[in-house]
Amino acid sequence: MAPCDGRCSSCGGCLPKTPSSPSPEECTKRILLTGNPNVGKSAFFSRLTGVHAMSSNYPGTTVGFMEGTLRTEGSCYRLVDVPGAYTLEPTNEAEEIARRLIEDGGDRIIIVMDATALERNLVLALQVLEKGIPSIVALNMVDEARHRGVLVDAAALEEELGVPVVQTVAVTGQGIRELVVRLDEARISPLSATPRDERWQRIGAIVSRVQRVVHRHHTWRDRLEDLSVHKLWGALIGICVLSLSYMVVREIGEGLINRLLEPFFESAVRPVLMRVSDLLGPGSSLHTLLIGTLFDGQIDFEQSFGVISTGLYVEFVMVLPYIVAFYAVLSFLEDSGYLPRLAILFDSLLHRIGIHGYAVIPTLLGLGCNVPGILATRVLESRRERFIAATLISVAVPCAALQAMVVGVLGSIGLRYVLLVYGALLLSWVVLGRVMHKLLPGFSPELIVEIPPYRMPSLHAFAVKLWFRVRGFLLEATPLVLGGILLANLLTTAGVIGFLSNLVAPVFNVVLGLPASAAGAILLGILRKDVAVGMLVPLGLSANQLVVATVTLSMTFPCIATFVVLWKELGARDTARSLGIMVLTAFTAGGILNAIFSFFS
Amino acid sequence: MVMTLNALEDGVRAIISKMPSGECGQRLEALGLYPGKAITKISGMPFRGPVTILLDQRQIAIGHGVSSRLIVDTAGSGGNSP
Repeated sequence: MAPCDGRCSSCGGCLPKTPSSPSPEECTKRILLTGNPNVGKSAFFSRLTGVHAMSSNYPGTTVGFMEGTLRTEGSCYRLVDVPGAYTLEPTNEAEEIARRLIEDGGDRIIIVMDATALERNLVLALQVLEKGIPSIVALNMVDEARHRGVLVDAAALEEELGVPVVQTVAVTGQGIRELVVRLDEARISPLSATPRDERWQRIGAIVSRVQRVVHRHHTWRDRLEDLSVHKLWGALIGICVLSLSYMVVREIGEGLINRLLEPFFESAVRPVLMRVSDLLGPGSSLHTLLIGTLFDGQIDFEQSFGVISTGLYVEFVMVLPYIVAFYAVLSFLEDSGYLPRLAILFDSLLHRIGIHGYAVIPTLLGLGCNVPGILATRVLESRRERFIAATLISVAVPCAALQAMVVGVLGSIGLRYVLLVYGALLLSWVVLGRVMHKLLPGFSPELIVEIPPYRMPSLHAFAVKLWFRVRGFLLEATPLVLGGILLANLLTTAGVIGFLSNLVAPVFNVVLGLPASAAGAILLGILRKDVAVGMLVPLGLSANQLVVATVTLSMTFPCIATFVVLWKELGARDTARSLGIMVLTAFTAGGILNAIFSFFS
Repeated sequence: MVMTLNALEDGVRAIISKMPSGECGQRLEALGLYPGKAITKISGMPFRGPVTILLDQRQIAIGHGVSSRLIVDTAGSGGNSP
């Protein structure tokens, strides 16, 4: 296997070694890139190494760490993007990782400071400077600070701290060159350790000597920032943002399907596949695997279920458009700085299910893909909260691929069936959260979070981020979707699916009111949920049965990628507990839905 | 007047006089809150929702429970934000 050049901060996946990066023995020197959350470390990292690191406008985007290579004239360094920390006395998992990385030491440390919040940033800076590692300070967001009337004298700060200070704007690249040039000037700070009770006094003294605040008038942005957290206006803005986001996702998704991909598949892909079908000869086993069943001598993209017919169609026509649409909207929201404000709006509700408001961010990420969602639960402070949040995400937060299939398959029968699925999932989310909150020992900490200023997302950063997310989806999903359909066809031909289905048939019949054949689809949901919904289509289920099957499928075992990340984040015992909860909740919810349907029919 | 952050009216400036004890206090301190620091309350959400304050031009959201243990004093806090 190729060595990893780093771990993707959003999906945990291995980043392949880039051909240009030199071998590790060339680069043994290590630079740590540290600072408070949301000061722009990941933007620096991307600029300095050329390795893409996910950055957003909210604290806690980077929860793991990434490494990349930085070449300067004559030197070569391994650059480590340390997760943001307010202090080296850790209060959450990400800060614990940061503390360990800094304790491990390095040859240099770049301390990134937010010029708009100097006082608070100095807490970590002084703690890091005490470690006796040659340091250099990047005073970032100087443009924003100036705009807000905060003037920081970099030369005076250099004098105070005893290490070089470079003014930068990481998002535009301003000052990056100077930072690299002055990297060799990094030195050990002469400052003595600060006793804890003298911390603020000392910091106050430094701030009074280096910072000047000039009066400025309130801007429309200040007004909007205040209104967004207002009792009434905040809720109205929240409703507007969420419904607008939903509409934009639908518009982009449907637009791409109806105007671009569906016509393309019909006019360009269908003729090619029909030629292949003729060549293979309908009825041959290879035809069954690749093209699948023909209906009236034609391929039915949704039902034929061949690897290159339904497989390609599901991934590229039904799912990909919604992935693009969802991540376009999410990336915009992330970079604008709105998401932490949602945390304020949802805090009261989420508190009642044992997590606090900041859990909306992992949950929203989970609506794209459960894997980054579960990784992002690291921003939550306690193990109990992380368990509840991760379990809720894997049970009741459908990923974009699954949602695309639900909308695609059930939407064509009737909108109310789509709403039934979403309603059932939402209700399960609330009820299960409430139950876990009541039953699990311990208590959940409170929301304490910094709200970033609003920022207009940069088009370039937005495009790069969207591209990396879509590329990540294609790389990860393609083999699983095509392989999943291949495996499903092979297992069906070999009779394995039939055997397993018969085994669980009584449960499926009695509890869920589903035929044994639906069991196969739900079992294959372990591989990928979108493929599993696709498998339900040719079974000829009634609309109600489809709803029951989809809900059960969404909630039961997580897909393989989610399972792996759950295991890594929660450990074996809690993963087992979480899986138990999932299966139990899935069958309970499916059973109740079935009972309701049979009662009314 | 001395009161909890919860009880402080929206838009009013006050000085922190006592921090909550324990881990919550540490997390608040990490964000730059300490006794003697001036803050302005922006809003409090209904249904025991969080309080948002302005600290040196930066918004910070604090859960209802913690903000009921954060004591502030409105005396001697007049004037503009530093």
